[in-house]
Amino acid sequence: MSERLLVAGNIAVAMGALAAGCRYYFGYPITPQSDIPAYMSGELRKLGGTFIQAESEIASINMLLGASACGFRAMTSSSSPGISLKQEGISYMAGSELPGLIVNICRSGPGLGGIDPSQADYFQSVKTGGHGGYRTIVVAPASVQEMYDLTILAFDLSDRYRMPAVLLADSLVGQMKEALECTPYVPPADLPAKEWAVTGKRGRPDQRIVKSLYLGEGELEAHNWKLWRRAEDLKAKEQRSEARRLDDAELVVTGFGSAARIARSAVEMARAAGLKVGFLRPITLFPFPEEAFAAATANCKKVLCVELSTGQMVEDVRLSVARDADVAFYGRPPGTGSLPTPEELFAQIQKHYGKGA
Amino acid sequence: MKPVFARPVSLKDVATHFCPGCQHGLIHRLAADAMDHFGVQQQTIGVASVGCSVFLYEYFDIDVVEAPHGRAPAVATGVKRARPDDVVFTYQGDGDLAAIGTSEIIHAANRGELFTVLFVNNTTYGMTGGQMAPTSLPGQRTLTSPEGRDVAMDGYPMRMAEVIAALDGTAYSVRVAVNSPKNILAAGKAIKKAFEYQIEKKGFAFVEVLATCPTNWGMNPLAANERVASEMIPYFKLGTFKERG
Repeated sequence: MSERLLVAGNIAVAMGALAAGCRYYFGYPITPQSDIPAYMSGELRKLGGTFIQAESEIASINMLLGASACGFRAMTSSSSPGISLKQEGISYMAGSELPGLIVNICRSGPGLGGIDPSQADYFQSVKTGGHGGYRTIVVAPASVQEMYDLTILAFDLSDRYRMPAVLLADSLVGQMKEALECTPYVPPADLPAKEWAVTGKRGRPDQRIVKSLYLGEGELEAHNWKLWRRAEDLKAKEQRSEARRLDDAELVVTGFGSAARIARSAVEMARAAGLKVGFLRPITLFPFPEEAFAAATANCKKVLCVELSTGQMVEDVRLSVARDADVAFYGRPPGTGSLPTPEELFAQIQKHYGKGA
Repeated sequence: MKPVFARPVSLKDVATHFCPGCQHGLIHRLAADAMDHFGVQQQTIGVASVGCSVFLYEYFDIDVVEAPHGRAPAVATGVKRARPDDVVFTYQGDGDLAAIGTSEIIHAANRGELFTVLFVNNTTYGMTGGQMAPTSLPGQRTLTSPEGRDVAMDGYPMRMAEVIAALDGTAYSVRVAVNSPKNILAAGKAIKKAFEYQIEKKGFAFVEVLATCPTNWGMNPLAANERVASEMIPYFKLGTFKERG
């Protein structure tokens, strides 16, 4: 039996990372994720790992690049403006086929914005904010338990597909406390060995080179096709979502992370009121659970997408649903006092329920 | 017969892409000599930077990680912390280290990271075609200072070996040149010492090497080499600025 604890989501991320064998943390202070480096600084010292409070977000993502190039599980965590600064390094990691975990406990923006729960970094995370055309794995926890579980999943997927992984959450999921069961980590038996990691040659005939520069005739095109195939493989195998009450649903409510938590309460209110409303929550944002949306809208032709932004994920929902399905959107841009209540979302459900597609 | 001169095993038997009269090849050789001297080729990881020296892995027969522009000291920090028993070095030019990567080099030195930095100062951006560098001399004509560096507008050349020496985390900081046999011998010794500082875990070691860029200086190799003595060394004094332990 594993222990049951009452912890904050940010601490669950740190605990998940340690459980997954991450012994290298590099970061820079920024609200509302500062619990993560505080926890890691103490625990990693006890475990003989490495914690560095870097001089900048730019330095910390590049320290992560270096530790990851050596084949070790490593991470950084930050919040929106800090994640913007890391985009250069994320692009280089993607180009260099390096795994690694980047945790974004979002602030509201743009610019310095505020520290309220926000989902306005969906585009930056899912469509990627750096240059050159690449993909990163993106997971979106909606509970403290998922902050732990999806941190572990992100490390596994990142190693398997050799691409950086982003954990996208906000202060609502990061700072609320819930019960956490720390299931012991068992590494997947089929994770490939890191035969690309630099170790010093140590008798190997060939050098190992971790790089993203390809100037030879045809090299860079071939490299990009390789990265694309890996992303396609990820899309085919790793889509994850949570579905509830879809069987008889006449309206499907969707959202991710903290918006989904509120939306789920609104769906329960609707069911109690006799409305046939279902719930579909993407757990992986990349790969986006296209198949689940296509299946859910095979019969039910109405979808309501809820976000803590003016609408970002809704674009991917519209691309994924059946062609004759109608996707409505309700969102509020992040800021103090803008977090919708379950009652507010229930009113939106009532508004869209029964409306023709 | 015992050979008295041979290619270091740490260096590959290939021709370089460097321009005629460029001194990167010579500095590569000195670094390879140091690796051979300590017998560490098999446990060395190089960190390449962005600029003419990005192709480090084409010439050194060692494992290499390529860093984004200016970030080599941060990447090397991650590498060295992950593999503390390996020998790690960065090889960076003046635009990379003293402009876009100023923050990374200062803080790596200040943390006393146990790796070696080889800093090649040729007072210009070589790869991009000869723009003004943070080390371009007052009055130096470049693509982006066509009437010469105007210190009132562009600021002053940065003396990085002295800047780095001022930090408590630095154990060894030195400036050398490779414009004469005497200076090449001294540079070789300094580079060896910088590796020794790392191997003996004495602390952060920094070697600034003054070098030519004949192509972007618009000079032939001999004239370029002469400029090192007549213009660079008077501003960038050779010497040891920190030697601890």
